[in-house]
Amino acid sequence: MPPILSVRDLATAFRVDGRWRPVVRGVSFDIGPRETVALVGESGSGKSVTALSIMRLTPRDASRITGAVRLQDRDLLTLSDAEMRRVRGGDVAMVFQEPMTSLNPVLTVGFQIAEALVAHRGLSRSAAEAETVRLFDKVRIPAAASRVHDHPHRFSGGMRQRVMIAMALACRPKLLIADEPTTALDVTIQAQILDLIKLLQDEEGMSVLFITHDMGVVAEIADRTVVMLDGRAVESGPTHEIFRRPTHPYSRALLAAVPALGAMQGRARPTRFPVVDRVTGESAEPGEAPDTVQPANLLEVRNLTTRFELRGGLFGRLRGRVHAVENVSFDLKAGETLALVGESGCGKSTTGRSVLRLIEPLAGSVRLDGEDILGLPPRALRERRRRMQMIFQDPFASLDPRMSVGAAIAEPLLINRLASRREAHARAADLLGRVGLKPEMADRYPHEFSGGQRQRICIARALALEPKLIVADESVSALDVSVKAQVINLMLDLQASLHLAYLFISHDMAVVERVSHRVAVMHLGEIVEIGPRAAVFGAPQHPYTKTLLAAVPVPDPARRGTRHGVRADEIRSPIRPPDYVPPERCYREVSPGHLVQVWGAEWEAAAA
Amino acid sequence: MGAYLLRRLLIAIPSLLGISLILFTVLALAPGDPFGELATNPNVPPEVRAALRAKYGLDDPLLMRYLHWLTAMLQGDWGFSFASRIDVDDLILQRLPTTLFVVGSSQVLALLVAVPVGILAALRPYSLLDQVANTLAFVGFSLPTFFTGLLFILVFSLKLDWLPFVYNADVAATGWRWYWEHLRQAIMPIAVLGLFQAASYTRYVRAAVLDVARLDYVTTARAKGLGEGAVTLRHIARNAMIPVVTLVALQIPAVFGGAIVTEQIFRVPGIGSLLINAMLANDTPVVMAVTFVFACLVVLFNLVADLLYGWLDPRISFR
Amino acid sequence: MAGSTLASPSAEAGAPAAAPAATGRDTWRRFRRHRLAVASSVLLGVMVLGVLVGGLVWPVAIDEIDFSAMLQGPSPQHPFGTDDLGQDLLARMIYGGRISLAVGFAAMLISTLVGVAVGALAGMSRGFLDSALMWLTDLFLSLPQLPLLLLVIYLFRDRLKEVFGVEGGVFVMIVAVIGGLRWMPVARLVRAQFLSLREKEFVEAARAQGAGPLHQVTRHILPNAIGPVIVAATIEVSAAIIAESTLSFLGLGFPPDIPTWGRLLFDAKDHLDVAPHWALFPGAAIFLTVLSINFIGDGLRDALDPRRVL
Repeated sequence: MPPILSVRDLATAFRVDGRWRPVVRGVSFDIGPRETVALVGESGSGKSVTALSIMRLTPRDASRITGAVRLQDRDLLTLSDAEMRRVRGGDVAMVFQEPMTSLNPVLTVGFQIAEALVAHRGLSRSAAEAETVRLFDKVRIPAAASRVHDHPHRFSGGMRQRVMIAMALACRPKLLIADEPTTALDVTIQAQILDLIKLLQDEEGMSVLFITHDMGVVAEIADRTVVMLDGRAVESGPTHEIFRRPTHPYSRALLAAVPALGAMQGRARPTRFPVVDRVTGESAEPGEAPDTVQPANLLEVRNLTTRFELRGGLFGRLRGRVHAVENVSFDLKAGETLALVGESGCGKSTTGRSVLRLIEPLAGSVRLDGEDILGLPPRALRERRRRMQMIFQDPFASLDPRMSVGAAIAEPLLINRLASRREAHARAADLLGRVGLKPEMADRYPHEFSGGQRQRICIARALALEPKLIVADESVSALDVSVKAQVINLMLDLQASLHLAYLFISHDMAVVERVSHRVAVMHLGEIVEIGPRAAVFGAPQHPYTKTLLAAVPVPDPARRGTRHGVRADEIRSPIRPPDYVPPERCYREVSPGHLVQVWGAEWEAAAA
Repeated sequence: MGAYLLRRLLIAIPSLLGISLILFTVLALAPGDPFGELATNPNVPPEVRAALRAKYGLDDPLLMRYLHWLTAMLQGDWGFSFASRIDVDDLILQRLPTTLFVVGSSQVLALLVAVPVGILAALRPYSLLDQVANTLAFVGFSLPTFFTGLLFILVFSLKLDWLPFVYNADVAATGWRWYWEHLRQAIMPIAVLGLFQAASYTRYVRAAVLDVARLDYVTTARAKGLGEGAVTLRHIARNAMIPVVTLVALQIPAVFGGAIVTEQIFRVPGIGSLLINAMLANDTPVVMAVTFVFACLVVLFNLVADLLYGWLDPRISFR
Repeated sequence: MAGSTLASPSAEAGAPAAAPAATGRDTWRRFRRHRLAVASSVLLGVMVLGVLVGGLVWPVAIDEIDFSAMLQGPSPQHPFGTDDLGQDLLARMIYGGRISLAVGFAAMLISTLVGVAVGALAGMSRGFLDSALMWLTDLFLSLPQLPLLLLVIYLFRDRLKEVFGVEGGVFVMIVAVIGGLRWMPVARLVRAQFLSLREKEFVEAARAQGAGPLHQVTRHILPNAIGPVIVAATIEVSAAIIAESTLSFLGLGFPPDIPTWGRLLFDAKDHLDVAPHWALFPGAAIFLTVLSINFIGDGLRDALDPRRVL
């Protein structure tokens, strides 16, 4: 069958500072009818620009597109602007990554969809509105008729992405381009959206070009896969072939670095990622980390509660509270990794910051080496913070852009008067070496480093004070998959050599399975399940844990398709009215150290 | 929206009180007796002087004096102008429409110039149009209104003799001719003030449009297949106006400042020239009252800007 | 990632291209690219030099009355012409320019210092102090500035003359009043910068390392907030120069024996028909000074804020 879309030698360059900088350098692929093709690669691989180039949405004055993009029998690159406008939204529709910013905030969602209907199908306003309600039903937005007149800010991220999909489907396109449509979403919502796209693809009989960095999503959805590196398609073929027998060294390195949920069955301890050489494709077998867990508790958190008050209205009346952390208790041993997992708004980051008292908790106790941190005066607290440090999510925001990295690493030593200036800088150079960078890089500024290198610098800075506990808040989430694997390997090595304890905060179940000794699952500020990693992942008890694990896409096309119907749940909000009293919770121990919250009626439907 | 409106209204009241307090403090802190000048002013009848002293209660404690003054102002009892020998409130009411006409027309002119030029410049950044518009904007707001005013008089009145340079409130004509004469004499003041504001507004509009044009939802709109016109008007311009309203609101005090200068240059009989003349004549009640009226106007127009903002941005009532 | 790609496709174009940190050399390199700003720097330099040492090159008394040379246009004896008393306008403009520029810089210093102090205090304190300071700022922002300026000058003129003398008194008052009524934009700017920087992860990291509030502010927050403040301060100079000229032009600023540029315009405006040069030279001087400062501010904005390079 002839392909719907045929891309040949597509090359796109952007003008930067008066010079043409190639971003896509000759990409070719076909998409057949009803086929889903995934374009996969890390940041900077040119996959998104490829999508924008197909739609001719790159900035007109600052970009240059060459090659051929055939949509059935027409070359899109040679169409006039007016003809191209009919293609956009008509024959080819697009869904973008950021549902929060992809909708115009001042227009109702219904109007924004009707716009496309009026432009392409020439519907009247009332007909367009009726059609919009039908589309809302189609993408399973609850109470569709009443929601078309709402503005985007009244929708959650997942619901906005449904609106975007409804908009894309408005004119029954032949091809849907989805540019990282689930990357900004929580994992359970991602599963819903992926199911929805698959379902709609069947219903509408359209082809899908799916752009993603997530090999799990690729395995879940794509019939064929194109792997991109530095603006080139380095490998393409049927998805199961690529996953089973990747031929290009880069594909092999990429797949080796992908954490796969369930891959840790039968392993007792955290395990390093295998390192595959990008050029030769040779790999070293992953080694299990040595046993680092000490018998004594380093950190004891009891009944930790952090709430934020929401004030508003005329006189700053109390309108509600965010119950960010509610009655949370856990222990952490020296040399141990405890992972806090959960979706956005579950309170995992607030827990980490409350432990360090970067946010003041409302109640509870945090004992470090037996001493309660929460009661300490500011000066004593600063002293104790030396023993617990933090690594942040965004390696671009966590380094002062005006401070050389050497100065940044030396700063904690100088603040705490632990070293002279000269000693501190010598120590900084030493630490840079420790995290796999060159000591002579100390004089450079953060913008000269890549994301992964910056995260190494942050780790070096955290290590400067020789802490016993490191709170790692989504520390590898923003990194590309191969870089992520390297940074995790570094963290495991450091744990082995320095006996560090990690409070590892993450939403990524697969990474958590790889690195942690114990896991705590959080939901709406509470721990719903906590226990040894093998127990929680191998025999999850709480309905929420089960939902979470079922939603994780597995990078193995052979395990695809164990799904149930499309649901439209939303992430629940921890905001409660001022008079809300949290219910008493009790936990039962299902196996040694594996505690599960006794759940109430609200979970009965999900548990069934 | 209703709650938002009410909130803005309630915030306006303490601002007005605060402004009146500042004004009064300035007056009270002023060295010597603010009415000392009156003693030497032969135009002031002694009974007026005595009444003033009693009304302002110059020997009462400061707070008492402030409350007295405020009640008097609220009751419309704004005192008596020595120079014009007429009640201050009457005087101001006579003059206010002219000022509002000149300021209002100049703002309309400014926006009519700035919005299209700013949008066009931003849609083609660094094009010839953008560079010309940008340079002209810089020239425009670097030219102080008093200098532009003099240049206009020099060119259009003295050299070309097209337009009168003295504003005449009582035009001796009827019918169409009356309107024509009014328009003719208003052209220069409105143009001077309007073009000055247009220059800075153009910069605001351009910057706001540039910011909005690179947002994701604009790409979404294009990906929908909308024409450039619809994308620009519905998706870019509408959103870009939100920050522009805020910036324009911040300019309101400066606009009234500009009105004072232009009124003075072209001898427009508005409250701005009234203020200057009252100062030169040491007519304190008029000075105080006009300053307060300016403050009220600023608060009022800020309120209008707030309403506009709430109308443009549906998220606002949510906050 | 794709989200930023939509906005600026070059972000994905490979190595970290955008440099968020501006080291001194980078700033200068970017400033130099703004040709109008560079030209303006030269122009402003010439003007400043002119008013500073001009008196040595053109040593003509500013108050030498010569009725035989009344209202003359430019000539070799009087390059900028004369006024209605036959006084040399070039000499008067050199003298007045010093005052005008000094007022501009001094008022900028006051407004910037007050603005930074208020903004930093509000930005670092949460709750009541922040709300109170911001309410005050908003209140000052909605004051009708020019009328209030005029009012203050009207009321306090005589007292200050007694204390500081004619020239000094008016100077102190005008600088204080202009500076004191123009700090609010800087305060808002600084507060906004502080609020956003305070929550940045690198400041949180410093806090986690045991840095006290003072260290956070001086080492991390202020250095990163200073760029926009410099830009605002530059614009503040031109605004203050305009404010001073406006006061003098309305006849309520400097007295006639201190011929600031605005005052010269005030005196000239009634002789426009016979002696346009009298108004044109000082007007052009104000215009060129303000224009060049504004262009320099624009150049600094491009140089200090790499987000705007486009």
